[in-house]
Amino acid sequence: MSGTLGGAPAGDVRLPGTLRVGLSRGWLEIRSFTREWESVIFTFALPALILMMFASVLDGLFDVGMPAVDHYLPGLFAMGLMSVSFQTLGAGIATERDQGGLRRLRGTPMPPAAYFLGKTLLVFFLALGQAVLLLGVSAVVFGASLPDNAADWSTVAWVLVLGTVACSLLGIAVSSLARTAQAASTIVVVPFLALQFTSGVFVPVAVLPDGVLAVASLFPLLWMAQGMRAAFYPDAMAAFEPSGAWDLHLVALALGAWCAVGSALVLLTFRWKTRKDG
Amino acid sequence: MSTTVIEAAGLLKKYGDHTAVAGVDLSVPRGEVFSVLGPNGAGKSTTVEILEGFRRRDGGTVRVLGADPQGAGRAWRARIGIVWQQETLLPKVPVREVLRHFAGHYPAPHGVDTILELVGLTEQARALPESLSGGRRRRLDVALGIIGGPELLFLDEPTTGFDPKARRDFWGLIRNLAEQGTTILLTTHYLEEAEALADRVCVLARGRVRALGAPDTLGGRATAQATVSWSQDGVRREVRTGEPTRVVADLAAGFTGEIPELRVHRPTLEEVYLGLIEDTGGTEDAGSGGERAEAPA
Repeated sequence: MSGTLGGAPAGDVRLPGTLRVGLSRGWLEIRSFTREWESVIFTFALPALILMMFASVLDGLFDVGMPAVDHYLPGLFAMGLMSVSFQTLGAGIATERDQGGLRRLRGTPMPPAAYFLGKTLLVFFLALGQAVLLLGVSAVVFGASLPDNAADWSTVAWVLVLGTVACSLLGIAVSSLARTAQAASTIVVVPFLALQFTSGVFVPVAVLPDGVLAVASLFPLLWMAQGMRAAFYPDAMAAFEPSGAWDLHLVALALGAWCAVGSALVLLTFRWKTRKDG
Repeated sequence: MSTTVIEAAGLLKKYGDHTAVAGVDLSVPRGEVFSVLGPNGAGKSTTVEILEGFRRRDGGTVRVLGADPQGAGRAWRARIGIVWQQETLLPKVPVREVLRHFAGHYPAPHGVDTILELVGLTEQARALPESLSGGRRRRLDVALGIIGGPELLFLDEPTTGFDPKARRDFWGLIRNLAEQGTTILLTTHYLEEAEALADRVCVLARGRVRALGAPDTLGGRATAQATVSWSQDGVRREVRTGEPTRVVADLAAGFTGEIPELRVHRPTLEEVYLGLIEDTGGTEDAGSGGERAEAPA
């Protein structure tokens, strides 16, 4: 160890702005994420892998009135968005908290908003990458039919944005429930898996019991899947929805409500330290 | 610019019925290396965390760099640096990128290459933090603590797990920082570390300051009775005395040539320290796992 420091920094200097620090955090989050091959496979690429299996194996096995790839694409798209937001943030932030990463950040002059801006950039980078991967694979490899008009694409866009924001906030709130990083993956994965089977991702909503549907409709995934079906499925398929219609106004209302509830939960529960740190 | 960096009076912190910090007074001038010693559960970490602004106090007054840490803002945080006790999660990007990123949080950071050179990580600049050895990982922690050019650096158990050579190197780095005018608050379990680095040492036990002073005078160490021992006719002899020079002179007159196995021993910092904490009933194992574990939610 050698060398010396230069003169002391001048006394009256301006702190870096929230936007600049936030962009820098976003870039760092994305670079860090892509170095973890487990998360790249299991949260980012999993929906595309499942779609490839379903499209190859299940095609023509059940009478769903359309090719398997078209049938499963909207639900898996919704699931993928929840995966990169809810699962990535729920488990990731709990690990950062448990291992002191958050506390270290809090010990620097980083503006707290910059941390959340960084997470937002990470999640939207993953959500858009996910959309490109999933839609690309299904269209190029399996010839899936994608929306053919601007109205349906705008539905895709707003469902993607509202659903991703709602699930991100829910994920940040859930991260505070976990006492350790190991507990976090269970707390995140188990409810997420339960929702996948009750929200119309793997099992069509038409065959789900009313009680199950009622519980699942309290959470965002069911509404995200419904919004995506509205954009991807032919209009005639609306007859198979529980109310016989796409009910996009209810989708917007439910996801909007989750954004509001999620924000409140995050503001009430977010901590930079673990419980044992006081 | 004030010459006192840390000023605490009557500092009090309770966890339920347990009083972790029971009226601590501290005053640390600019440029000093100040060490806090004490057994587990003595209130060290709680005291330091209050000074860092990471814990709220229940009583007393605190000024650190002229502000109350409880509620001090970003500008204040830009003037302090913290080297945490435990390793903490770092992003999975190369060492240089980690440093560059954290430098971007500060208004006037040091150059990344300067800091890499200073902590001896220039050759590891492209390595990932998780691939570094324990000692190098610790140097990265120090690099992150000083990248912002802090006026006050908190070092919490910085050399735990170091081999002796790495510890000596690390001490060189800390002395270097102190010479450049950084005020350093060092918490440590290693008494020789406090002795090697600190201008003044404060011994905490049971939430109170038990002794405060330069390491070589702490607890009356400089004026304490010395033990002169030697060997005579194959028998070990020793005398406790306030005048060891006179005793040795008398002995020298009685022997022809060397006094066999002559030793003059003054209490080490460790002996003084153990005496101080035994007086208060604190031992290394007291405090049921340390003050952190006792903190409620």
